[in-house]
This record gives sequence, structure tokens and C-alpha cells, in this order.
Amino acid sequence: MFESLDATLLARFQFAFTVSFHIIFPAFSIGLASYLAVLEGLWLWTKNEVYFTLFNFWKTIFALAFGMGVVSGIVMSYQFGTNWSVFSDKAGPVIGPLMGYEVLTAFFLEAGFLGIMLFGLNRVGPKLHFFATLMVAVGTLISATWILAANSWMQTPAGFSINEAGQFVPIDWWAVIFNPSFPYRLVHMVLAAYLTTAFVVGGVGAFHLLRGDAPKRARKMFSMAMWMAAIVAPIQIFAGDMHGLNTLEHQPAKVMAMEGHYQSHPDGAPLILFGIPNSAEQRVDYAVELPKLSSLILKHDLNAPLAGLDTVPRELHPPVGIVFWAFRVMVGIGFAMLGLGLWSLWCRWRGTLGENRWLHRAAVVMGPAGFVAVLAGWVTTEVGRQPYTVYGHLLTSQSVAPIAAPAVATSLIAFIVVYFLIFGAGTFYILRLMGRLPRDPMPDLGEGPIRSAGITPAPAIATKPGSQHHGA
Amino acid sequence: MALDLPFLWAAIIAFAVLAYVILDGFDLGVGILFPFFKEKHDRDVMMNSVAPVWDGNETWLVLGGGGLMAVFPLAYATILPALYMPLILMLLGLIFRGVAFEYRWRTRRGEFLWDFAFAGGSMVASFTQGVALGALVQGIAVENRAYAGGWWDWLTPFSIATGLALLVGYALLGATWLVMKTSGDLAARARHYAMRAGIGTLAAMGIFSLWTPFTEPLYFERWFGWPTVIFSVLVPALVLGCFALLVYGLKTRHDAWPFVAALGLFVLGFAGIGISFYPYIVPASLTIWEAAAPHESLAFLIVGALVLVPMILGYTVYAYWVFRGKVDPEEGYH
Repeated sequence: MFESLDATLLARFQFAFTVSFHIIFPAFSIGLASYLAVLEGLWLWTKNEVYFTLFNFWKTIFALAFGMGVVSGIVMSYQFGTNWSVFSDKAGPVIGPLMGYEVLTAFFLEAGFLGIMLFGLNRVGPKLHFFATLMVAVGTLISATWILAANSWMQTPAGFSINEAGQFVPIDWWAVIFNPSFPYRLVHMVLAAYLTTAFVVGGVGAFHLLRGDAPKRARKMFSMAMWMAAIVAPIQIFAGDMHGLNTLEHQPAKVMAMEGHYQSHPDGAPLILFGIPNSAEQRVDYAVELPKLSSLILKHDLNAPLAGLDTVPRELHPPVGIVFWAFRVMVGIGFAMLGLGLWSLWCRWRGTLGENRWLHRAAVVMGPAGFVAVLAGWVTTEVGRQPYTVYGHLLTSQSVAPIAAPAVATSLIAFIVVYFLIFGAGTFYILRLMGRLPRDPMPDLGEGPIRSAGITPAPAIATKPGSQHHGA
Repeated sequence: MALDLPFLWAAIIAFAVLAYVILDGFDLGVGILFPFFKEKHDRDVMMNSVAPVWDGNETWLVLGGGGLMAVFPLAYATILPALYMPLILMLLGLIFRGVAFEYRWRTRRGEFLWDFAFAGGSMVASFTQGVALGALVQGIAVENRAYAGGWWDWLTPFSIATGLALLVGYALLGATWLVMKTSGDLAARARHYAMRAGIGTLAAMGIFSLWTPFTEPLYFERWFGWPTVIFSVLVPALVLGCFALLVYGLKTRHDAWPFVAALGLFVLGFAGIGISFYPYIVPASLTIWEAAAPHESLAFLIVGALVLVPMILGYTVYAYWVFRGKVDPEEGYH
């Protein structure tokens, strides 16, 4: 008994670790693929070389991030079977085909056109190349759609029955895919990916504005990114609020954990800003709270009653502390993003967008904020789903594969070592690329004929006189 | 007569796995051959010959895995835990060699590290795939819809031997790919290795054809019982034909033929395994029909598969067509 508990915890930790690393890359590549398509489209439309050099700058970074996303994603597609085999046997008939469609409609599309996008401009010409870039961007969005349908079904399952073998059998695929939380989650996640990318692009642009090494390109990136921040951040906060109301309807225990509501509030629940959830005593210690505000936000009525975790059996409580904190981190970053977006609008109106060094410094600091918010958001929703894998129907403890604890512990350690090594190196290379705008030569690399063709940033090649791109 | 969806799906999954084996096989093979080519310039060209297509090649592995979960969830839920260690090692190997495609162009000081990661990762992934195949051939114990064996059951002399054999086989695919895609001294040396790997692959196919029937009565009956004994004559004859084409292509400098011949050897070997397995998907434990998902799942995905797989093949062929011909040694990365 005790050993099986350990194996389950280890398997959970392994899944959480590998999926957390994985989500970082799609969150970035979904947004970046769309950004690349916009840049190339603007280049073809306006013939302005700034867009083309920016395209090549971000394309190299995209290639790295996408490669890391691919290899960490393959791990995910096998881990359902290796570590969650009972879940796979039971829920496979429902979520398997959704993932199957993801592979068939998205992964092949991205992979098939990625090679052309990265290496094929000289071979296929700019128009077909733009088509390839569009296909990669569309592929990332299709991929997000299917995987969020699968994830949302686990949160708010619909359209199924259960057969004699204990398997979930799909009855109505429309209901399975468009399950109650899917539209909200999809919008929330795609916007998160766009915001994440916008803040990375903005941070890099601001960094180069502060350095003053390539003002024209840096300003272009920064301006585009700040438009995105100013427009998308408020939409995202609204979408997140809608998603929260949907969660309240379908997974109330998750919202109770997010809000820290251990107790029911029959006449208006307070909004707990901060505090330390104490699950042993079923209360929030040192709570700083605004009376009745939670009821106002969730029910649009100051005095509306809100049930607490005291209405849910103890063994079905999600881990409150993690959900409570992760939610606050996400919301806090969301509002900080909104703040930066508004500040940029103010500076733009005053005409100081390219000069305000404090704005630029803030944008550099906020550069990685999207990743933190995405991770915090996923922790909120996934830990909030506990103790179930398929909410309300299949317990996590009944989903795990019969793998002994030592085997899981070994693989977990291997994943941790390899991921920090590999993705640490990748992050280092990406940061170094971000630090060098087009035409800056690599410092420690020579200029031999092959080597320069190999590692000189593509724009340096592409903008050589007489190169094919200029004819375009 | 209603369409036999489980059978159709078994054919599609088999096709996906075969597509994976021959496609990722040659780019894994290029990684296996990396240590034999010390020249930096040669390695750059080798890497460039597969860089635009490796990602698409590996997607077939995701289709094999994801597809298995969708349409044969019980097979997915029993095979993967049974092969836990080799599969985890395979995934880690694929991570190392996958990121090397990008990383090795991003550093000069650390380049040797990523060359090592590319070669080592390719070898580990290839070897463990072979081990997994060997362990599957030997059969997997299933009780109450779950794997019922131990954590080291996969480790046998047979599975180690299949692991080594696949390493040689992928090296053959990689070498013949390089013969087709490169020129000059690099291609000449690739011819040399293709010949050796070809002899090794032929020997391995002979050994396993004789060994496998004695690991499991099911296979013995299949290969020595009437009427399937016909395959026992037909398949070896075709294998010898492919080998002859390989040798002829290498000797006469028809640079595409050796690759075609190597593909032929893999298709035949794969067909041989299919003949052995049928009608089981988890040998001796679960048939295709026992492991199949409910009809609603099979029917939902088959619609998409029948439309989308031909489209995928179409644009995959296009992507290969864009990068057709010998790799220009002066052409850079991006």
C-alpha cells in the first residue's frame, strides 16, 4: 500500500515535471509562429527589409525553441502509456482520437513545412515560402485546439458512457470536443501564448533599445510587441474571468481552492488577497481579505452565498496551498502585463515609446513573465483537478501504471538531469541569439567559407548584394 | 459485410510504424555513422542532408504512439509499461540527438559535445528500439488488462541481439542515404560503410529468421505450417534480390539504388514480423480485436485518417522533392 502510494506520487511528479518543461516551448512557438507569419507577410507586402531581417532573427530562435518542443513532446506522447497505462486503457478511446487528430492535422503539417520554412527560401521562392510559414503557424494553432479539447475533456468530461471493461466510450463526439470548459480554455491558452511571445519580443526589443546598437529594428520589435501587450492583456483578463466563472459552474472545488474558501459563506464571501492556506485546520492564516468581493466577482452580487470546501468530502479536496498560490501568481502577472501595456500606450501617445528607458527596463524585466504566468495557470487548473484525472469519474490513484517506485524514481531522476542539461543549454543559446541583433557577427567564431555559411545569422547571407532574396 | 475497422487500423498503425522505421531509420543511421567521419566538413554535410526532414520523420513515431493509444488503448497500456526502461532510454536518446540539429550550429567551443550527443543519442535510440522490438517478439504477459511481468523481462540475449541488429540496419539506411545525397570522398566512404552494413544486415536477417520461430510455438507454426510456409521461401528470395540490388548499385555507382534496396530489406523484414505476429498485436496475449478501442473511437478517427494520411504523404513527398538531389557542400545552414 505504502509503496504504491509512493509510485503514484513519483509518477505524478514525473508527469508534472516533463509537461511543465514541455508547455514552455509550445507557449512560445504558438505565438512566435504567428509573429513570423506576420513579419514575412509585412515584408512581402511593404518590401521593407526591416521585416525581413527581423523574420530571420526570430526564425533562428524559433528553430531552437521548436526543436526543444518536439523532443519534449515526444516524451509526452509515450508517457501516458508508460506511467498512466490504466488511464490510457480507460480514457484512451476518448482522448486518444483527439490526440490522433492533433498528430494528423497539426504535427505533420508543422514538421512538413518547417524544413521549407527554415531552409527552403532559395529553393521555393518567397511566395511558397510564405505559404510554408503560414502552414507552420496554422499547424501550431490546430495543435493547440486538439490538445486543449483533450485536456478540457479531462476537466469537464461530456458525451460519453462507460462500458463493462470500465472504458470511457464516446457517444457524441461533438459533445466530447466542445465540452463545457473547452472554448474558454482554448481562448485563454492561445491568448496566453500570444502574450508570452509579445513580452519576449518586447523584452528583446527593449534590451536592444537600451543598448542602442540597432535602434531601427529594436524599435520596430518593441513597438509591435507593446501593441500586442496593450490590446491582448485586457482581453486576456476578461477571458480569464469568463474561464473562472465556467470553472465555478463545473469544477466548484477548484475555485474554492483558488479562493482559499475552506468555509461556506451564506451571505457574501470575502476576496482573500493574500494569506497562508492551512489545510490541517481548514482555514487561511493571516488572511488579508476584502469582504463580500469574491461573491461580487463570481456571482455579480455582494450578498450571494458561496459554498466552501466544507461541502466537499476531505478526500476529494485538491491541494489548496498550491492552487491558491499559483492562481495569485498568474493573476498578479496578468495585471502587471496590463500595467506595462497601458504605460506603453501612454508613452506612445507622448511620443516617448522609443526613448523612455524606465519603460524599456520594465519590459526587459517582464520579458519572461509570460512563461511564469503560463506555468502558474496550468498548475492552477491541473492541480485544481485533483484528486481526479477525469474529473468526477476516474481518480488519479486509479489511473497509474503498475510500475514499481524504484523504476519511476530512476526515470524521474534521469529526466530531471537531462532536461536541466539540455534545456538549460538551449535557453543559453536562445538568450545569446536574442542578444545579437542581425548583422552583429558572432564574437568567438571565425569566417571560414563553410563555417560562415553555417553559423552566420542568415540575414548576413541573405542581404549580401546579389543574393536571391533581393530579387524578390 | 461491415468494414473490419480493427483490421484496417492495424494496417494503418503498421504502416505508420514502418514509415517511422525507414524514415527516422536513415536519419538515425546518419547519426550512428557520425563517429566514422571525423572531418568537420563531412559532418556538416551529413547533418544538412537530414536537417530539413528529420522532424517530419520523427512525427511518424508520435503517430505510432498516439495512434496506438487511440485505437488499441489496451495494447498501448500493456506494451509501454512492459518496455518501460528501453522506451525511457529511447526518449532520452531522441532528446539528445534531436536538439543537436540546432545546438551544434550555435557554438564552436561546444560543438564536439553536440556531435557526441547526436551520435550517442542516435545509437541509444536505435539500440533501444531494437531491444523493444525483440522484447515484443518474445511476448508480453497480460493479466486483467494490465502488464503482468517484471521490470527486467525485456532484457534477454534475444532482445540485446535485436538491438544490435537494428543498429546495423539503421547504419545501412544511413549509409545508403549518404551515398544518394552526397558526393566525392564522403560518398565514396559511405559506399564502403554501406557494403559492410549491408552484409551485417543480411546476416542479422538470416539469424533472426532462424532464431525467431524457436522462441514461440506461434511463430514456428506460422513459418513451417501450410500454407504460410510459402512466405518462408518467398521472403528470403526477395531479401536476396534486394541485397543483389544493393551490391550492384554500390559497384556501378547508381547512387539511388542502394537506398531503395535498403528500404526493400526493411519492408521485407517488417513484413516478416507482421506475418509472425498476425493476428496478435501483443504477441501471444492480445489479438487486434481484443485490444481494439470501441467502435465509436475507431470510426471517428478512420474518417480523418483516410483523408489526412494521403494528404500528409503528399506534402511530405513535396518537402522531400524541394530538397531533392545531392547536398551542395557549400550550402550553409540557416
